[in-house]
Amino acid sequence: MRVVVIGGGPAGVAAAEAAVRAGADTVLVDSEPTLGGQFHRGNPQRVDSRVRHLANSTVWAVQGLRLHIRTGPADSPTRTGEAIDADAVVIATGAHDRVVPFPGWDLPGVYTAGAAQALAKGQGIAIGQRVLVSGTGPFLLPVAESLKHVGANVLGICDANTGAGWLRHPRAANPTKIAELLGYAIRLRTSWQPRTAVVAAHGDDKVSAVTVAKLNPDWTIRSQRRVAVDAVCVGHGFTPRLELAVSAGCKLADGFIAVDHTGATSVPGWYAAGEVTGIGGADLAAAEGEVAGTAAAGGPCPATALAKVRSGRRFAAALAAAHPIRPGWQTWLADDTLVCRCEEVTYRALREAIDLDATGTRTFKLTSRVGLGLCQGRMCGRSAVDLATTLAAQRRTFFTPADLQRRPIATPLRLAELASLPEEDL
Amino acid sequence: MRVTIDGVQHSATPGQTVAGALLADGRTSWRTTRGAGKPRGVFCGIGVCFDCLVTVNGVADVRACQRLLAEGDDIRTEEP
Ligand SMILES: Cc1cc2nc3c(=O)[nH]c(=O)nc-3n(C[C@H](O)[C@H](O)[C@H](O)COP(=O)(O)OP(=O)(O)OC[C@H]3O[C@@H](n4cnc5c(N)ncnc54)[C@H](O)[C@@H]3O)c2cc1C
Ligand code: FES
Repeated sequence: MRVVVIGGGPAGVAAAEAAVRAGADTVLVDSEPTLGGQFHRGNPQRVDSRVRHLANSTVWAVQGLRLHIRTGPADSPTRTGEAIDADAVVIATGAHDRVVPFPGWDLPGVYTAGAAQALAKGQGIAIGQRVLVSGTGPFLLPVAESLKHVGANVLGICDANTGAGWLRHPRAANPTKIAELLGYAIRLRTSWQPRTAVVAAHGDDKVSAVTVAKLNPDWTIRSQRRVAVDAVCVGHGFTPRLELAVSAGCKLADGFIAVDHTGATSVPGWYAAGEVTGIGGADLAAAEGEVAGTAAAGGPCPATALAKVRSGRRFAAALAAAHPIRPGWQTWLADDTLVCRCEEVTYRALREAIDLDATGTRTFKLTSRVGLGLCQGRMCGRSAVDLATTLAAQRRTFFTPADLQRRPIATPLRLAELASLPEEDL
Repeated sequence: MRVTIDGVQHSATPGQTVAGALLADGRTSWRTTRGAGKPRGVFCGIGVCFDCLVTVNGVADVRACQRLLAEGDDIRTEEP
């Protein structure tokens, strides 16, 4: 019985350890040089020595239960290829930040909250000296804390929601989490500003100021002022990395991989754990990993971890409900605001594509070129679909926000690498 | 570790990424976009957005935030 776990964050490491304990021959494939994923960046984790850990290794395609892997330095043509046949797979590829577009978000000095966090934790670098943190959700707090650790002056944390609904939410009554968040609040001594957002960034070659707005509950702008900064980081929640799950044929639910209580997806042999199944933090990810890794290896369901998963998911649902993305962000855009950073597609160009009667995601993408660049819509896809849906409704055209996640090659390969693949690998 | 960035020698530490070295050197952008020629540097920091591309040892389009520096690496940016 061979279990292959994809992703070496809290979920993947826990899944691999559980699978190996349950007696499976276990392989852990992770694209990073060291284990730990996003949460433990800069603090490498270990895994049970019986697990075969493939570091610097990316699963770039799947064919049934056969996984295609490239190993070596990022984007290097010297990477070597390998295909592994699994009896069961656990997808634990995590998530990346979602950022809604605003004027100037493409200026250097504007980062995702995750980038600020990764640079601080992994490289000891502060993105700036006078920094604003903006977006929504409790993840902004550890980011602000990390920024302070590396010497940045955090001018404030702007949350477009109030988060209050969440603290009052009975299902979120999770004392550990609340204590954790209060701890940040006390340590940070930084002003946390509810219903506030960075809605524009200004500067020539680099951000030098931002517009901070007081928002209405729907995120439309109530009033605004200019603040001088040398960097800003923004995060409106997370987008799961679904490519492999989608190409394996796993069903999705609300934009995440649909799983049962054991982490089993809709496709036999395929399991999922961590932020690909919902956003709930590192502890929940690890508990989900333990449950899914055990199930993948055919072991008995671990009761304690399962109980943690159940309470963690309730917390996650309350969290998501308290930090929605409200449609008012669409009013922050100017005609020339980029929506797609790669292909430099502006808001105006999207509107023109809809005016030409783009009746589905495919035509819409081909007309406007949105999402057709190097990142393949990972940064702009969800925002573009939201904008198109609003614009189409205004113009009474028919638009189905089809699945923008379909990317048969999960990670870019160099052409030379593709050309050198043996035929049976393709 | 010794590396070269746009022809200038720098010392680097194990675990440092190309983006880490460029930012530590005070550079926030090192590439311009094909269309409008706008400057870009790091945005997502975790390999997803492709804003941070550089040339490493003659190979173009390497994500600076993902690539760890190795002894003797020759890093070239579009905008030295
Ligand atoms: C940039 C960033 C920073 C974060 N920092 C924090 C923080 O400091 N504190 C906090 O509470 N939460 C943080 N989060 C939220 C965080 O995602 C979770 O708390 C937790 O790390 C989720 O665990 P996970 O195992 O599901 O995924 P992750 O930790 O994201 O791990 C996924 C792993 O899978 C790898 N991977 C992805 N695709 C492939 C592939 N095709 N082949 C091989 N490997 C692959 C990735 O490189 C990564 O190592 C951060 C999120 C992001 C995006
Ligand atoms: S900064 Fe996004 S890929 Fe490097």
